[in-house]
Amino acid sequence: MVVNAQPAALRRLIDEVGNVDQVGVEERVAKYATRSIKKTAKVWGLRTAVSMVDLTTLEGKDTPGKVASLCAKARRPHDTGDIPAVAAVCVYPSMVRHARRALGEGSGVRIASVATAFPSGQAPLRTRLAEVRAAVEEGADEIDMVINRGAFLAGELGRVQDEISAVVEACGPAALKVILEVSELEAYDSIRAASFLALRVIREGDFIKTSTGKTGLNATLGNNQVMLEAIRDHYLATGVAAGMKPAGGIRTAKQALQFLIAVKETLGDAWLDNTRYRFGASALLNDLVRQLEKERTGAYQAPFYFSEAAESY
Amino acid sequence: MPAPSARPSSRSSRRAPELRFGDRWTFDPAPETADPKLKPRYDLFINGRFTAPKSGRYFETINPADERKLAEIALAGAADVDAAYAAARRAFPAWSRLPGAERGKYLFRIARLLQDRAREFAVAETLNGGKPIKESRDFDVPMTAAHFFYHAGWADKLEYVAPGARVAPLGVVGQVIPWNFPLLMLAWKLGPALAAGNTVVLKPAETTSITCLKFAEILQEAGLPPGVVNFVAGAGETGAAVVAHPSADKIAFTGSTEVGKAILRSLAGTEKKLTLELGGKAANLILDDAPLDQAVEGIVNGIFFNQGHVCCAGSRLLVQESVAEEVLARLRRRIATLRVGDPMDKNTDIGAINSRAQLKRITALVASGVREGATLHQPACVLPEKGFYFRPSVFSDVTMSHRIAREEIFGPVLSVLTFRTIDEAVEKANNTAYGLSAGVWTGKGSRILKLSAELKAGVVWANTYNKFDPASPFGGYKESGFGREGGRHGLLDYVRVG
Repeated sequence: MVVNAQPAALRRLIDEVGNVDQVGVEERVAKYATRSIKKTAKVWGLRTAVSMVDLTTLEGKDTPGKVASLCAKARRPHDTGDIPAVAAVCVYPSMVRHARRALGEGSGVRIASVATAFPSGQAPLRTRLAEVRAAVEEGADEIDMVINRGAFLAGELGRVQDEISAVVEACGPAALKVILEVSELEAYDSIRAASFLALRVIREGDFIKTSTGKTGLNATLGNNQVMLEAIRDHYLATGVAAGMKPAGGIRTAKQALQFLIAVKETLGDAWLDNTRYRFGASALLNDLVRQLEKERTGAYQAPFYFSEAAESY
Repeated sequence: MPAPSARPSSRSSRRAPELRFGDRWTFDPAPETADPKLKPRYDLFINGRFTAPKSGRYFETINPADERKLAEIALAGAADVDAAYAAARRAFPAWSRLPGAERGKYLFRIARLLQDRAREFAVAETLNGGKPIKESRDFDVPMTAAHFFYHAGWADKLEYVAPGARVAPLGVVGQVIPWNFPLLMLAWKLGPALAAGNTVVLKPAETTSITCLKFAEILQEAGLPPGVVNFVAGAGETGAAVVAHPSADKIAFTGSTEVGKAILRSLAGTEKKLTLELGGKAANLILDDAPLDQAVEGIVNGIFFNQGHVCCAGSRLLVQESVAEEVLARLRRRIATLRVGDPMDKNTDIGAINSRAQLKRITALVASGVREGATLHQPACVLPEKGFYFRPSVFSDVTMSHRIAREEIFGPVLSVLTFRTIDEAVEKANNTAYGLSAGVWTGKGSRILKLSAELKAGVVWANTYNKFDPASPFGGYKESGFGREGGRHGLLDYVRVG
């Protein structure tokens, strides 16, 4: 990290919220991968992970039919076994009403919509806010916004924070997830600072989220850890409990369990719940289901026994 | 220093937010199941053969995790030590004249054979020593192999150990090693001694002889010529016989400062060379601009690694006053998530204390800390009923005159002190009889450079702790001993330069 390349405002914020040592973080998270999760603990972890999935499709080629099939998969991830529904489906704003029709009311599966000119965020603020309001009106329970990385990197931190505040207001009753797009922030120091920018204006029950899934590097145990620690510090200082959503790049059940171990050892019991922790993923769900079926039956089933309804990031 | 407990907010009377590390997701037991292939009885290893002790006496060795007997170990008396030295003396001419590349081949073979049997040795190390299996699996055994590989590479390059001078092996070396890292300490001793062309008589620690004597199987398998390495097991008396033997050209000892001083006295006036790696009371300095979460991780790694049975453990934490409360709060939250218990469980972070005697010593020193007015913090973890266990412990309100701030505890016990200025930190850090290691945590490179020059310690770690490498010399100042192990410096202590 080249410290001098940081704008003065960002350096001041880092001084205030504390810095992060890259080697130390990566050493810490490597230890999560050495935990050995067996038997009932494994089943609990896998089931909990299923219940935390935001089952996602975010593609130009999405259709109402694709979204309907995604919703069916979300409610009932597998036709045998006792597998819980996922937390939410995550779609583009234009697909929210199709998701609402497919899920109906009272399915227990929430509808999340990316908004604010996802994934770049490069649209005028009033356009982004209008998009948020439209998605909420169409039935979105949760909004996944992207922060203004251009403003962040230029040191206009006040602007970044004001925009998040404006989106909070536009969300109304809907929960908000603030995507930091960690791969564009470059250093752990900046990820921690950006986490605080968001945490200081979001509400209890809102989330911070790693990435859009549209860039090269997405959720890693390292940036997950830095954001969990920011959530913890903010909670201990203010009492406001924010949630966390790593997104993109988590494809296997084994990875998901490692992320959950990080949650267990950093934030404790209260965050082992889909009101405070989510996985933004699609391919992950079938691997979780496959591992659960293996625990139930004692044998791995071929991939074609598991319905493909969610091939996206 | 202010009271470190989770303080209620000064502005309101509502309870301060706190995290709960409870039983929402308890882990099932995850025992390592590899067979340690223990024999019921281990004989001495002299002249390439397992040999019964001349006295016919054996002693029991136990598993400190459940106090159950593991095996009987032959007790070496003066006559056995004599036989071992005679074998080493006979083996010396041929071994020292062997081309370096040939000696290197043996060392490479030994390293590879250990890697082949890594799980078996890791389990045996954990069974006999009490350390968590994840440490013997991920640290002790791989690091042991790494030391043999490293020194294998040196065997045919000895002319570069002291450029411009000729080097020759010393002869027969007597070595006595401690119980905290049985295999690794054996590698630190054997690697440079053998690479340089010496022959060896080595005594493992009384409580942890098994992996040393199992290692003799590897030496046999590697075809090491008889007498090049000899193992004599036993307690203090055997050690004294090894050290006092007239045939020894050099003594290398790792262990307590008390015994080290006795050895130093006993060797006065003899021709024997000596290296001592003794105790420590390392200062781990946390400056106000340190990355705090990583520093806390380093504190945990510094003091709870191997149950704190580490001579370079960061047992004195010196925190700058402005961040002291914050660091202590984070530290207490972190130790609440440490898993204490069965060393053979892959999820165990802190295993068993090595022996009843050591547990007693730790307990007594902790009691003295409480008596002298320090505040003790321990997490509420459940300890197994049988076996030797001690909760990870953190003392705050410690002053420099407390016993827990001056004496080596050699257990999972951290003493926290504070400082205001960097000069005060240096003064406190150096105000100790020891000088083995130190740690510095800061965001500023200039502070690292300043402190690493001013701290009187053989190793200074910056923004990390307890990092080892075969190429990096390790050793102390003052009562922590003299001589270095590892790297070129370590080899110099096993050769005559002339």
